Amino acid sequence: MPLEEAVSRCVRDGMTVAMGTGLESCIPFAAGHALIRQGRRGLTLVGPVSDILFDMLIGAGCAARVIAAWVGNVGAGTAYNFRRAVEDAIPHPVAVEDHSNLTVALALQAAAMGISYLPTRTALGTDLVRDHPRMREIACPFTGERLLAVGALRPDVTILHVQRCDRHGNAHLWGNLGVSLEAARAAEAVLLTCEEVVDDGVIASDPNRTLVPGFLVRAVAVVPFGSHPSPTQGYLNRDGRFYDEYHAETRTREGFADWLERMVVGAEGHAGYLARLGEDRLAGLRPRESRLAAPVSYGL
Amino acid sequence: MRGTGVTRRQVMVAAAAREIRDGEVVFVGMRLPLLGFALARALHAPNAVGLFENGVVRDTPPVAPIITMGDPPNIAGALACTTLLDVMGHLQRGRVDVGFLGGAEVDRFGNLNTTWAQDGERRVRLPGSGGAADIAALSRRTVVIMHHERRRFPERVRYLTSPGYGSGAGWREAAGLARGGPGRVITGLGVFGFDPASREMVLESVHAGVTLDEVRAHTGWPVRVSPVLQTTPEPSREELAGLRRFDPDGMWTG
Repeated sequence: MPLEEAVSRCVRDGMTVAMGTGLESCIPFAAGHALIRQGRRGLTLVGPVSDILFDMLIGAGCAARVIAAWVGNVGAGTAYNFRRAVEDAIPHPVAVEDHSNLTVALALQAAAMGISYLPTRTALGTDLVRDHPRMREIACPFTGERLLAVGALRPDVTILHVQRCDRHGNAHLWGNLGVSLEAARAAEAVLLTCEEVVDDGVIASDPNRTLVPGFLVRAVAVVPFGSHPSPTQGYLNRDGRFYDEYHAETRTREGFADWLERMVVGAEGHAGYLARLGEDRLAGLRPRESRLAAPVSYGL
Repeated sequence: MRGTGVTRRQVMVAAAAREIRDGEVVFVGMRLPLLGFALARALHAPNAVGLFENGVVRDTPPVAPIITMGDPPNIAGALACTTLLDVMGHLQRGRVDVGFLGGAEVDRFGNLNTTWAQDGERRVRLPGSGGAADIAALSRRTVVIMHHERRRFPERVRYLTSPGYGSGAGWREAAGLARGGPGRVITGLGVFGFDPASREMVLESVHAGVTLDEVRAHTGWPVRVSPVLQTTPEPSREELAGLRRFDPDGMWTG
């Protein structure tokens, strides 16, 4: 279904939404832009590393809360909208629940397994865990050792960008997986954006690569280059220049407002966004060589 | 160094590479540690294996320059692409020998802050831990790579994001951390180790052309100095050749 319809069907104001679960690749930017265009408010954003997608959503006024291990610009460091919101409540205050990458992953995995927490040995003794709403020090019931319990985190929706899926949402994805599998299983529903929809038989030809089963998926939208400026292995390389441009243009609130109007709000959907980038730029981001995996036999 | 055509960053990367022993499992970071890992593999540690927190396992340098560990040249030709929980499971299980870290601040006991900084009266929000707290808590040892500036070397970090030795001897054990702690801090001025008894940072070598006064001026506490203070070895001819191969344009070490 069209991206705007898929996003409006899955995400309502006040929901908890996991995005950017690949860490630094397959970030669902196009879906995030649709959330901005639809004027979603009061969202809780969940992700380990948010790329600059959370910065855009925060600057656009969509987010009330961020649950993350790292919010910045993977190319240039600082994310200015995040800083403005946390330091100066611009455009409004945003609450931050700080995590490490592992505690985000465990919070999602606990929810994926239908339990209330998982124990870990990470982050003990740090300021991260002090007075944390989702972390408690506990004693192991077997050994008595000190452990950190990380409470389950169940998103209303997890949005993933994947290489390909069938019309039922059975999705093939490859490359680094980050916390995408845990986030998909933790959520009430999954929204997929994909580079292409393929015949059912293509997915069933390689079931080990089906990392998100379709019964978890509420909506699928075909969105080529839907992860721009982050990469999607085999379909889109990183647009490194974009990160530097965004960094320079969003240093001030006014600069961000101009950027948002030009690239997202004033663009005619994702096609309009790609048009603003221009065909030459996009052509330069397509992989120049294919590197095919050796086929595997599922023969009887 | 000055006059010899060798940059400080080349000295830092060569020092980082020497921290990796053959056959070790390494939690690799980006930029300088990534180069250090490539250099170690090419020279003295041909059997080292690299893990990346996004789920990548690889034993060769990326096939082209990368900005993040998730860039296509770091995926192509990897040994395995898996999940964050899978690679961090190795870390928690105790299988990672050495992890590389950086930060905005490092203190006397090797604690790192990547969450809050101070700019005059103003608190500045930094991006946060990412995987750093996990690597610091769970690796068998860590190597910290830092710019050496006084504001980055306070006596005590303002916010403890990633644990070093806390307040000193016994702190990690009392906190419940199973193992680990920083083994080295490599800066633009020198290389530090840690006193095994007090767990305090100790200056072990200064880079050629750097004076002790310079290190003291850029450090926010009275620096302890090893009684056998050395000069950091200059990169060897083989190390320099490797650096030119892995960073041909000097993007990271120029």
